[in-house]
Amino acid sequence: MGILPQIIFAIALCIGLGYFANNVRKIIRNIKLGRDVDMSDDKPQRWKNMARIALGQSKMVTRPIAGFLHIIVYVGFVIINIEVLEIIIDGLTGKHRIFSFAGQTYDILIGTFELLAFGVLVAVIIFWIRRNVIKLKRFMSSEMKGWPKSDGNIILYFEVVLMCLFLTMNGADLQLQLNGAAGYHTAGSFPISQWLLPIFDSLSNATLIIIERTAWWFHILGILAFLNYLYFSKHLHILLAFPNTFYGNLKPKGQFENLEAVTTEVMMMMDPDADPFAAAPEGAEDEVPAKFGASDVQDLSWVNLLNAYTCTECGRCTSECPANQTGKKLSPRKIMMDTRDRLEEVGKNIDVNKGVFNDDGKQLLGDYITNEELWACTSCNACVEACPVSIDPLNIIMQMRQYLVMEQSAAPMELNNMMTNIENNGAPWPYNQMDRLNWKDE
Amino acid sequence: MSELLKVPTMAEFMAAGKQPEVLFWVGCAGSFDDRAKKITKAFVKLLNNANVEFAVLGTEESCTGDPAKRAGNEFLFQMQAVTNIEVMNAYEIKKIVTACPHCFNTLKNEYPGLGGNYEVMHHTQFLKSLLTEGRLTIEGGKYKGKRITFHDPCYLGRANDVYEAPRDLIRKLDAELVEMKSCKSRGLCCGAGGAQMFKDAEPGDKEVNIERTEQALDVKPQIIAAGCPFCNTMMTDGVKNKEKEGEIEVMDIAELIANAQDL
Repeated sequence: MGILPQIIFAIALCIGLGYFANNVRKIIRNIKLGRDVDMSDDKPQRWKNMARIALGQSKMVTRPIAGFLHIIVYVGFVIINIEVLEIIIDGLTGKHRIFSFAGQTYDILIGTFELLAFGVLVAVIIFWIRRNVIKLKRFMSSEMKGWPKSDGNIILYFEVVLMCLFLTMNGADLQLQLNGAAGYHTAGSFPISQWLLPIFDSLSNATLIIIERTAWWFHILGILAFLNYLYFSKHLHILLAFPNTFYGNLKPKGQFENLEAVTTEVMMMMDPDADPFAAAPEGAEDEVPAKFGASDVQDLSWVNLLNAYTCTECGRCTSECPANQTGKKLSPRKIMMDTRDRLEEVGKNIDVNKGVFNDDGKQLLGDYITNEELWACTSCNACVEACPVSIDPLNIIMQMRQYLVMEQSAAPMELNNMMTNIENNGAPWPYNQMDRLNWKDE
Repeated sequence: MSELLKVPTMAEFMAAGKQPEVLFWVGCAGSFDDRAKKITKAFVKLLNNANVEFAVLGTEESCTGDPAKRAGNEFLFQMQAVTNIEVMNAYEIKKIVTACPHCFNTLKNEYPGLGGNYEVMHHTQFLKSLLTEGRLTIEGGKYKGKRITFHDPCYLGRANDVYEAPRDLIRKLDAELVEMKSCKSRGLCCGAGGAQMFKDAEPGDKEVNIERTEQALDVKPQIIAAGCPFCNTMMTDGVKNKEKEGEIEVMDIAELIANAQDL
């Protein structure tokens, strides 16, 4: 065979990683289309949050069944990557099981991988049953029809195939080791794949080598394919959960940002010494007047956009949402999916137009998210609390409401009445401010 | 009863050259809504009874701007905030207590950025501190042994992580505190927040307050305790809708404590 497999392997690895790197660059560029916000405060707390929420999966376990199964898949994914490292080194050097010099440690490692692989297999099958047989409500919402549903299943199929290939590869290897085949020295322990021996023990070494090699190649090519599928799927959370929890909100959930542009204007109005005819400060004439709120992805902050790429459409937000529970159109998950879809559309537009966005006459508001969804929100923060990776759909909803009210005066009539009351008499109802203390004598 | 209420204003304190211990921020609901006014009075009775030197702004108080902000009108919110801050800073206010979680959240979290820095407490937190200091005693009275469930206001619970103060007070009533299916950080909204109080709900198959009331009825309480005038309205409407108003009362925690002592 010579060096040919090594060359093919190196080429496959370069293509796989290169294409992925290219898509990562696109994601970063798209996220940077968002408005800048400073998230550099309190780094120690941010690291702690990342360790606890992403690494430690602390919010997953609020739903014990899904949480437990997810931890198996997560630990499996992280640990089995050590095996992938060995496969890559083997592939590039033409060696077989290069880490086996570690002796007993290696045996324990391989044994652990096998147990985890089996655990992942079982967990993924249960996940599939939850989505397709039990049909859990949160996977059946209207925004989950079509591609999002297929996408969720494709991820599961990928994982089943990868784990089966891994176990097949090990089983064939073990049989070859037992047969004393050339190149297959005794290494590893195989608590799961040893159960495949009855299938393998009647096969010739040549057939077994074909099975072992085929499984080995499809396993690593499958992993490269999976890596590249991430960008096209909802599955980026396996990487983005870490930065996303790091940049999560550290303030009390009830604290909504005070818009600085508004503060400047309000302070000027309240300042008795302000000169209404004063010339604009140097350079200010060229500035585009600030837009209040958000109508498209570029108006949102880069954290909102990172949130959108991180969302894995689990739907915990939507299932906790009081509006959604009572049949309203609002679904916080859809807000995140729409934001991502629109961001992708804008990104593709930029790709096609050589780096500049060409107005396509569309925007997030109206073409993706309707006013009806936005006005159904009670700002109760249940969605924010429910998200296992610190995504904040409410923040996007509020920015879009700001646009509707301050740029378009498009609030529902009753809310306009409420606001007029506050303006005129300092209360949301039409009572005179001078009557505020009347309760004392009633 | 009402003639017994002592409700001094900040202006009166200022005229006497004194500072109150705390400003009681009554809020729009507490000032104007018939149901919420009862909560306001119950809380004042407790303050009077504990000899707390408090004051209200009275006619100088104006909406915090919370419903305007959550509706998306940042401009109106900041106008309200800056005006209120000007008044409170002129009186050199240091500490505020309020029976409305929406006022509480806004004063505590959103006013500092606009120049209003105060120690802000929800009335359940304040009552808890009076209890700890020995200035307030809580007896079960007619609530002894009653089944009480507490509905977490979103702007007190999730928004500001205050879950225990109201529950500690209920336990002090020697009542049986029962928790709904969704409680504390997973508490279900009453449906009023985010300016929903002031508009009709979007089309759906149910009102949020009905869903929440059903969760409450599931645990068969004799009393649904609330800590927010808006939640109180929503839950009261829910109970009426289920025709259970004869069996189940919706009461603010301040009312429970005041009633238990026949204040």
